[in-house]
Amino acid sequence: MATTTAPGPVRPAGRPAEDGPPSRRRRRGVRRSYLPYLLLVPAALLELGIHVVPMLVGVWMSLLELTQFHIRDWSTAPFAGLDNYRVTFDLDSATGRDLLHSFWVTTAYTTLSVGLSWMLGLAAAVFLQRPFKGRALLRTLFLTPYALPVYTAVITWTFMFQRDTGLVNHALDQLGLVDGANPPFWLIGENSFVALLVVSVWRSWPFAFLCLMAGLQNVPAELYEASAIDGANFWRRLRDVTLPMLRPVNQVLLLVLFLWTFNDFNTPYVLFGGSAPRQADLISIHIYQSSFVTWNFGLGSAMSVALLLFLLVVTAGYLLVTNRRREHA
Amino acid sequence: MAVAALLTTASLAACGDSGSSSEGAAKTLSYWASNQGASIEFDKQTLQPELDKFEQQTGIKVNLEVVPWSDLLNRLLAAATSGKGPDVVNIGNTWSASLQATNALIPFDDATLARIGGKDRFVPAALAAAGAPGKPPAAVPLYSLAYALYYNKKMFADAGIAAPPATWEELVETGRKLTRAGQWGLAVEGANPAENSHHAFTFGQQWGGEWFDSAGKPTFDTPQNVAAVKRYIDLMAVDKIVNPSNAEYAQNQSVADFANRKAAMLLWQAAGSNFKAQGMSPEEWGVAPVPFPATPPPGGKKVNSMVAGINIAIFAHTENRDGALQFVKFMTSDAEQVILNKTYGSLPSVKTVSADPAFQAPEQKVLGEVLAATAAPLPQVPEESQFETLVGTAMKELFADAASGKVVTEALVKEKLGVAQQKMGS
Repeated sequence: MATTTAPGPVRPAGRPAEDGPPSRRRRRGVRRSYLPYLLLVPAALLELGIHVVPMLVGVWMSLLELTQFHIRDWSTAPFAGLDNYRVTFDLDSATGRDLLHSFWVTTAYTTLSVGLSWMLGLAAAVFLQRPFKGRALLRTLFLTPYALPVYTAVITWTFMFQRDTGLVNHALDQLGLVDGANPPFWLIGENSFVALLVVSVWRSWPFAFLCLMAGLQNVPAELYEASAIDGANFWRRLRDVTLPMLRPVNQVLLLVLFLWTFNDFNTPYVLFGGSAPRQADLISIHIYQSSFVTWNFGLGSAMSVALLLFLLVVTAGYLLVTNRRREHA
Repeated sequence: MAVAALLTTASLAACGDSGSSSEGAAKTLSYWASNQGASIEFDKQTLQPELDKFEQQTGIKVNLEVVPWSDLLNRLLAAATSGKGPDVVNIGNTWSASLQATNALIPFDDATLARIGGKDRFVPAALAAAGAPGKPPAAVPLYSLAYALYYNKKMFADAGIAAPPATWEELVETGRKLTRAGQWGLAVEGANPAENSHHAFTFGQQWGGEWFDSAGKPTFDTPQNVAAVKRYIDLMAVDKIVNPSNAEYAQNQSVADFANRKAAMLLWQAAGSNFKAQGMSPEEWGVAPVPFPATPPPGGKKVNSMVAGINIAIFAHTENRDGALQFVKFMTSDAEQVILNKTYGSLPSVKTVSADPAFQAPEQKVLGEVLAATAAPLPQVPEESQFETLVGTAMKELFADAASGKVVTEALVKEKLGVAQQKMGS
């Protein structure tokens, strides 16, 4: 969805195009102009089969009254027109209200999770920029959450968040931060949002760290030296050297983190066992509940299409704004 | 190079296509069993010798997969949608009418029933929970279960309590006596929607409520249902005989709490084999019917359990219908009914073996009496599985409120049930 690059004909650099007789040159030119497209064919076919076709099927499903009575033979499902969308956006109905609530929860969750992950990733990348003893070890350690399988990791978190027997409450109790006789819940009620956020940031900040660390390799040391000679302190160097040099990395990183987090299904599904508390009712889980659990696939598809359109608009708007800013810069 | 890439893509696509389950041969069947024992592994070890017997008798090999409850309904739904999947499946009997509506299961009309030994073999109440009334059943009963009240005999004796409670008022009083540091009167599975909805049904019956009217329309937020659900939640919210932590229980932690002497009472189906697996000896616990209100509310019914159980069904997409019917006949035969139900602590679904000594233990006697006299099937309507999810989830939220000290009022219960009902309509 976010791929925007479509390379045109490639001209090899550093090699004069004039060598060889004219006819051969032209043939090679034709071959060269086809080659990139040929190379893109497998990717395009897979993209079509894995993303585009299912999306179109989803759009079709959203126009049907596809319930348990019709899932075995879709051709029997009555055409519903825009009825599913009407229910989705009807804020007077419980379904529409809950979807809107879920949308706000997801927006808050995504903003906080992406923001915190990015800040943690940047801090770690900057502090690990200069060589020191144990740097390799710290790098490896920081990347561990990213390398762990999602399900296993989140199941471990559910154990840690349990009220009576969980490690989190035990540790907080030892530190005197909670009342040991009446410890807080993490998997239900108000705190479930915090629990979800913690797991999400824990999982995604190593990715931000990895990207920013790679980006920092490309910042020439001379820039720092020059700014140090000019008397710039740490914050000044961060603001005027590091961040501008990281802009291309940040542009992609923030977009990818946003899309992953907004669509995140695994974390809440494993953490809350399929029925998330209202305070942590992310949109992906909400759509799952509205289709698989209540067997109303038409309605679920309508919600999915709405989500898809929203993410498309946000992505396009983001790319437009950031690209324009880069051109102006 | 591009051609090579294309070829790779084509072969990858071909690999993706070859995953269908249609062996075509009449000599194999695939079977999804539900998880009945303490673990998936236990079930495999229990079922495999029986499947080997079936292969010896008929030459048909059965490929077994034991599916955990958390996945079973989704897997069935996927199989029903795609027309690809196993030949024979176990289903929770409360889903019968919902799955029947998909037409993905073969109907057991009289002729089909005759091929597996006839309609009269089966316990009528169990067969009634295998599909909507007036239609041929979508499955046949395999294991029968009912809810009972399990109690810790030693804790009762220590507190000077002579007999298990027969009314909710007595249960609350007993629970209060048994609630002290590190020990609670009752354990509940507060974050498990299916468990919650089963109790909603039973309490609803006792308080004179119905979850669906005669036309099959949901009637969730009637005063009777509100009072019934509130009575159940109040065991934690008002009576304080349930540990607030139970509000986050969804992985059978309440059974573990009972087996580990953290709770004195538990409402569960055939829990005995599970207690044993967790190291609690059969002498330690007793079993009694689920209580009733001391004075029945107007319209209240004498029901203290749903007709619980597991049904066995055949997918209409099977290419080996004869083999599948032979297998269902085998699983519901007298010999297999005794062996399997004895292992799982459940009751046979056929009348012919109910007198077998295997089912005369105190636990099975109580379950049998409840099933025979005071159990009722959950509403056999296509929307039943939605009822379990929506009402069960609403109750999960109510437990969460109660656990965090919020006052659970009738208005709040009514609001939550009302929202659940609205979602049924959309």
